[in-house]
Amino acid sequence: MNSQHDCENCPVHHRENLIRLGIAMDRVDYVVALAGNPNTGKSTVFNNLTGLRQHTGNWPGKTVTRAEGGYSYAEKRYKVVDLPGTYSLLSTSTDEETARDFILFGRPDVTVIVADATRLERNLNLVLQVLEITDRAVLCLNLMDEAKRNHIEIDERNLSAELGIPVIPAAARQKEGMPELIAAIEEVASGRYVCQPHRLKSRSPKLNHAVSTLAQKLAAQFPGLPNLNWVALRLLEGDQSIIEAVRTGELGKLSTGVLSPQP
Amino acid sequence: MAKKQQNSNEDILSLANNLRWELGVDFHDTVIESIYADASRIARKTVRTQGEKPAYNWDFKIDRIVTSRWLGFPIMFLLLALVFWITVSGANYPSGLLAGLLIDSLHPVLKNGATAIGMPWWLSGVLVDGAYLSMAWVIAVMLPPMAIFFPLFTLLEDFGYLPRVAFNMDSLFRRAGAHGKQALTLSMGFGCNAAGVIAARVIDSPRERLIAILTNNFSLCNGRWPTQILIATIFIGGAVPAHWAGLVSAGAVVGIAVLGIFFSLVVSWGLSKSVLRGETSAFSLELPPYRPPRILQTLYTSLIDRTIFVLWRAIVFAIPAGIVIWLVANIHLGDLSLAEHFIQWADPFAFFFGLNGVILLAYIIAIPANEIVIPTVLMLTVLSTGLSGMGEGAGVMFELNSVTDTENILRAGGWTLLTGLNLMLFSLLHNPCSTTIYTIFKETHSAKWTLVATLLPIVLGFIVCFFTTQVWLLFFSHR
Repeated sequence: MNSQHDCENCPVHHRENLIRLGIAMDRVDYVVALAGNPNTGKSTVFNNLTGLRQHTGNWPGKTVTRAEGGYSYAEKRYKVVDLPGTYSLLSTSTDEETARDFILFGRPDVTVIVADATRLERNLNLVLQVLEITDRAVLCLNLMDEAKRNHIEIDERNLSAELGIPVIPAAARQKEGMPELIAAIEEVASGRYVCQPHRLKSRSPKLNHAVSTLAQKLAAQFPGLPNLNWVALRLLEGDQSIIEAVRTGELGKLSTGVLSPQP
Repeated sequence: MAKKQQNSNEDILSLANNLRWELGVDFHDTVIESIYADASRIARKTVRTQGEKPAYNWDFKIDRIVTSRWLGFPIMFLLLALVFWITVSGANYPSGLLAGLLIDSLHPVLKNGATAIGMPWWLSGVLVDGAYLSMAWVIAVMLPPMAIFFPLFTLLEDFGYLPRVAFNMDSLFRRAGAHGKQALTLSMGFGCNAAGVIAARVIDSPRERLIAILTNNFSLCNGRWPTQILIATIFIGGAVPAHWAGLVSAGAVVGIAVLGIFFSLVVSWGLSKSVLRGETSAFSLELPPYRPPRILQTLYTSLIDRTIFVLWRAIVFAIPAGIVIWLVANIHLGDLSLAEHFIQWADPFAFFFGLNGVILLAYIIAIPANEIVIPTVLMLTVLSTGLSGMGEGAGVMFELNSVTDTENILRAGGWTLLTGLNLMLFSLLHNPCSTTIYTIFKETHSAKWTLVATLLPIVLGFIVCFFTTQVWLLFFSHR
């Protein structure tokens, strides 16, 4: 096996594999959700992936509804959903609920979390919350150019090891890191990269017991509902919107995939 | 079955209640704390900052000036005024060129072509004089100012100035009992009110979100900027020496925009003190770093997303409106056309508010899109004053090469500085366009609040125009 051959095997090499599909999204193989804090460049990443030109703006809260687009890479078709920016999955405004419901119940094949490299610590709060509820995620460490200007260095390998997911440094405005991101999405979606997402350890056995008791009940009542543990935890915390969803049975609809755009 | 389902849903909730009781109250905090602790542990391990942070200092220095207590607002107004001044002074020449091409040259060709293929007079009237001319007018009048205004505005947005505007206005909104993020939805409204109404989703509390939706129409939108700019150029700019005209008319447009912000605050305050009473919620607004705007991309997106989008919408609505105008001008009941009947009937009522019947009819025809108010006004004015030599007959859009021609028509129609001023005020304070009304209904799911959002501004508009007129007449009774 010569080195030429290796190079050609590397997915990053095949830039021409990328076909931007814009809004033509029939027959989708994978659904990719774009999540992240406000103003981290999700829409710019979205535009780079899909070739669409969603309006982007340098202010938090620009995207309030979800935008959808598609691309095709290595003979698979991907649908990308650009979600509103959110600081956490615990809050209650309509735009943040849109993001939360989709990650929780839309069952994306891969969740790409776009993070601001210059404010990593705060961005990690959302990253950790997302990793609580999904097994397949990629961290896109955006705004690396700004981080560089501010003399911030990030040890991506170590970060990837800590989080248990691929970490891709990028500067989406300059279109840097996009081929690598596309390749990482493909690896996670196809299962060639198996994520071992970071999970919070500091939970008491008492809490774990309560969560699993409640999760069992929920499973019996709403068969097929994903992320039972998370829903159980939110119920325990008294999240009004989740309580309401249980009371009215709305939650059951989520499990049948009303929110899921998957074919 | 449904009953049973309901019961077991309640069972789950009561189980959750019991478990929560056993766990104690502080466990929610423990969950949050452990997330924060892990985040900071991982960040400490993987992030290294070397030496100085020069870029932050720059951002910090700029922010110190543009969000300072004393300079924040003057800088904001100056920037706005500068943008309008460039728009006003830059748009006139290309406007004339487009009008010359589309109206002077192309219209006769189409008209002759229609006659040549034997089209009946009423059909060529509806299509060429109605639909085509109103479309051509919209392009000639609106394209140049939009092509200048939107890229400039988008550059400011891309640079990161909008959140600073929100930051500056936050305390005002909070004092009005509204949410600080309403400053952002208000800024969006400057582009398009329908977009501003949707943007109100960023506000968590339903009460404050409703206030933001109800008051968004006080942000001058795309469709109304050209009206403001044109009328200000003619009447306000015309009232001062020529070398001041550009500056003063730009100032007048900023004045109207600021008045809109003022009404937004006052109405928010009124609502939050009466029907929408409640606590103001706190929030944190992040000031993003300043980013060098990407000039080419900005030009592209502002041209495609905004200029062409708005222009297209204007054209789509202008064509049927042109047909309606031609029809009301050419269908006669007795001696007078439908339009003349309405104008004569509405005139006494409208004069009371310093407006006229033409303006009222134009605003009724233009409910689908504010963009076509000015073309409609001009066409109806020519019709109702029976100006000769300006067009090819009643209800036909005429040839306008410049702002001066527009001015001549309006003055012939009995317009004064007061009419111009009142039209500017009424353009700020009237019902939202039909798209926005529909969007408000979709966002609030309430016919009642949609009705309030529709009627509130128009009632305010009549009140403001009335007082302006009475005060004006008190001082300049010669009218």
